[in-house]
Amino acid sequence: MSAAFIAELRRALPEHVLLVEAEDLRPYECDGLAAYKQLPLAVCLPESLEQTRALLRLCRQHHVPVVARGAGTGLSGGALPLAEGVVLSLARFNRILEIDPDNRLARVQPGVRNLAISEAAAPLNLYYAPDPSSQIACSIGGNVAENSGGVHCLKYGLTVHNVLALKVLTMDGELLDIGLAAPDSPGYDLLALMTGSEGLLGIVVEVTVKLLPRPERAQLVLAAFASVEAAGAAVARIIGAGILPAGLEMMDNLSIRAAEDFVHAGYPVDAAAILLCELDGANAEVSEQIMAVRRVLLDAGATEVRSAEDEAQRLKFWAGRKGAFPAVGRISPDYYCMDGTIPRQHLARVLARIGELSTQYDLRVANVFHAGDGNLHPLILFDANREGEQARAEALGADILRLCVEVGGTITGEHGVGVEKLDAACSQFNAAELAQFHAVKAAFDPDGLLNPGKAVPTLHRCAEMGRMHVSGGALPFPELPRF
Amino acid sequence: MERELIERVQQAVAEKRPLCIRGGATKAFYGRHCVGELLELSGHRGIVAYEPSELVITVRAGTPLAEVDTVLAEHGQMFPFEPPRFGAEATVGGMVAAGLSGPRRPWGGAVRDAVLGVRLLNGRGEVLRLGGQVMKNVAGYDLARLMAGALGTLGVLLEVSLKVLPRPVEERTLAFELDAAEAARRVIDWGRQPLPLSATLYAEGRLQVRLSGGGQCLATARAALGGEEVGNAIWPSLREQDLPFFQTGAPLWRIALPPAAPDLHLPGETLVEWGGALRWLRGEAVAERVHQRAALLGGHATLFKGGDANAEVFQPMPPAMRALQRRVKQALDPLGIFNPGRIYAEL
Repeated sequence: MSAAFIAELRRALPEHVLLVEAEDLRPYECDGLAAYKQLPLAVCLPESLEQTRALLRLCRQHHVPVVARGAGTGLSGGALPLAEGVVLSLARFNRILEIDPDNRLARVQPGVRNLAISEAAAPLNLYYAPDPSSQIACSIGGNVAENSGGVHCLKYGLTVHNVLALKVLTMDGELLDIGLAAPDSPGYDLLALMTGSEGLLGIVVEVTVKLLPRPERAQLVLAAFASVEAAGAAVARIIGAGILPAGLEMMDNLSIRAAEDFVHAGYPVDAAAILLCELDGANAEVSEQIMAVRRVLLDAGATEVRSAEDEAQRLKFWAGRKGAFPAVGRISPDYYCMDGTIPRQHLARVLARIGELSTQYDLRVANVFHAGDGNLHPLILFDANREGEQARAEALGADILRLCVEVGGTITGEHGVGVEKLDAACSQFNAAELAQFHAVKAAFDPDGLLNPGKAVPTLHRCAEMGRMHVSGGALPFPELPRF
Repeated sequence: MERELIERVQQAVAEKRPLCIRGGATKAFYGRHCVGELLELSGHRGIVAYEPSELVITVRAGTPLAEVDTVLAEHGQMFPFEPPRFGAEATVGGMVAAGLSGPRRPWGGAVRDAVLGVRLLNGRGEVLRLGGQVMKNVAGYDLARLMAGALGTLGVLLEVSLKVLPRPVEERTLAFELDAAEAARRVIDWGRQPLPLSATLYAEGRLQVRLSGGGQCLATARAALGGEEVGNAIWPSLREQDLPFFQTGAPLWRIALPPAAPDLHLPGETLVEWGGALRWLRGEAVAERVHQRAALLGGHATLFKGGDANAEVFQPMPPAMRALQRRVKQALDPLGIFNPGRIYAEL
């Protein structure tokens, strides 16, 4: 069956857009979550809409699932291939089609890198605001699939707030225009629904993003604290003072030391926590806000408050934060990155509990935190070559995510569910909610061929895992047989 | 109250009886007529959670918008999308369902941008918790935002969680006497610069812009822009459509366009907001012509008020999109119980 399918693919598509040999497939066996690996049946790298349509048509005819892939930097296994499926790489859809300064938008193909959009718009003094840490590599199509965030989303929003329109190929080859360069499209807001749908609803083949005027000035303040609780309280006080920082990030001591060793950002390595607070806007406004923020930070017990002296130092301070994941990668053979979001008021409690869990599981945890919006990235350090450590790391991670849900948060703030958090999703959603998600999927993709098995766990999986969302004392999934 | 709502919906589902959901009925003019039994939400009120430093508020759908605005203002905060009320009875649920944003929309975002989560009663009579109370949440499909502008056709909103923002320290309004072309040119030019703009209005030869921000920054921007300083009273009147422009009985079109789109060239009077992206047209233009022109300019048109609410009022959609929208409706409300035909005849 697969041989016949591949033979048909070869007939329908030029040789250079098709990979079928194991050694050619190898680079596609995983995305940024390398703990999961799988070779697909084939990889297709179409250069045109026609070729993409031809691929989808054959997949439909042969009932072969399709996994769309951007730059492969995703952290939840969303682009993990399926053994019986095709990986559809959008890497060759890599052109910036239009920059329209008067309407402040850019029309680009999905394989364009996030940072390339801001670079192309820079001569016009415009930029694309969402800046995930992987922005030098990650693609805008992948950003749409994951609803990617970044370190500036408290003020400027997530991908969903910065995308105006999409061109989407449905599984049956229909090309849909979703959204417009004009506000408030008629009918249901399918643009919001597509954003963050992890490749399960349609294939994004063009993206129109909003561009913003580059702020006149950005200034970064670094504050050191003797406890993470004090740093957390300082965050609430900044927001409470009516200040909306462009970015507000927290790192704990282990992350500070790892980042400092890696990029020599000049971080205070003996601090229990640091806050990075960026203010941007008009020159005078930034000066006023910097003074206000410094006051708030000192009142909140900061042991040291430093302003970046120049642009080079500002970028250096950010480099430490943006390089936190690889920095932790240098001090541990493996690490497992969590992505829960919590209401900020529970930060101290959640961090204290993570500390206890770390002791209990005997694994170190480094915390980096998008403090402004409550998105927590605990990095669990382990060594996969040591018997049982990976399983312990995963169990610790699951406990952390359950904790996030318990305090009113979510299992994933920006990395997506993918394959990684399918079990955790069982603790966040009840049977009716999961069934609703599957019904929405079926509205777009009735045969279930787009990235099946990702993002939304099946009801059976949740029942089998026994990780159930119990609400009101009632056991969910009573209708399902137990195993 | 919630128990009662759930039972009413479950009964309607069992008997396949359509329901027309009503909050304060202040936006009943918007969209198409609904035929069905009334389901009143205005008794389902109250703020469920509000911690100002979290920048999130959770309220029951029937809570009066005016009440919530007051509470937010007491804490120096606001809904960033500056929602119109169109009457004292307006509810937060109705605000989300209508999805209408006010003058700050291009800079502060739309209603949908602020929606973080909802508790929804779907067309199977189930209560679903979609999204949450946190700013970043990518677990599950974003069905919460889908409720903004759905005019109640996908389910009954029980509770909504919305992002709020600090109120600007200060606001100032500048006025300029300009012809339409020059006003459009300036607004586009200003939009490309990092200026603290938060609203624009052009009508009858007069451009007014609002600046919002910290003290020194406003003074600098004010000096750069020139013009004559006038009061801020115009903006609530614009938001609530209390200006004389909106007060005639003539049909009122709401035409959304890319901001730099050229003039509409349609018969009638126009008023331009949102840095050029929203053009109100008052007059007896032919519907087909308006839709054609809006589509040609890359936007869409809605017969907002004063038209025939039994006919179509929103921009027609291509067949494939219509079919998909219909399937999305069926996924949430398989029997078509909620507000049938409120958006399009088939939605």
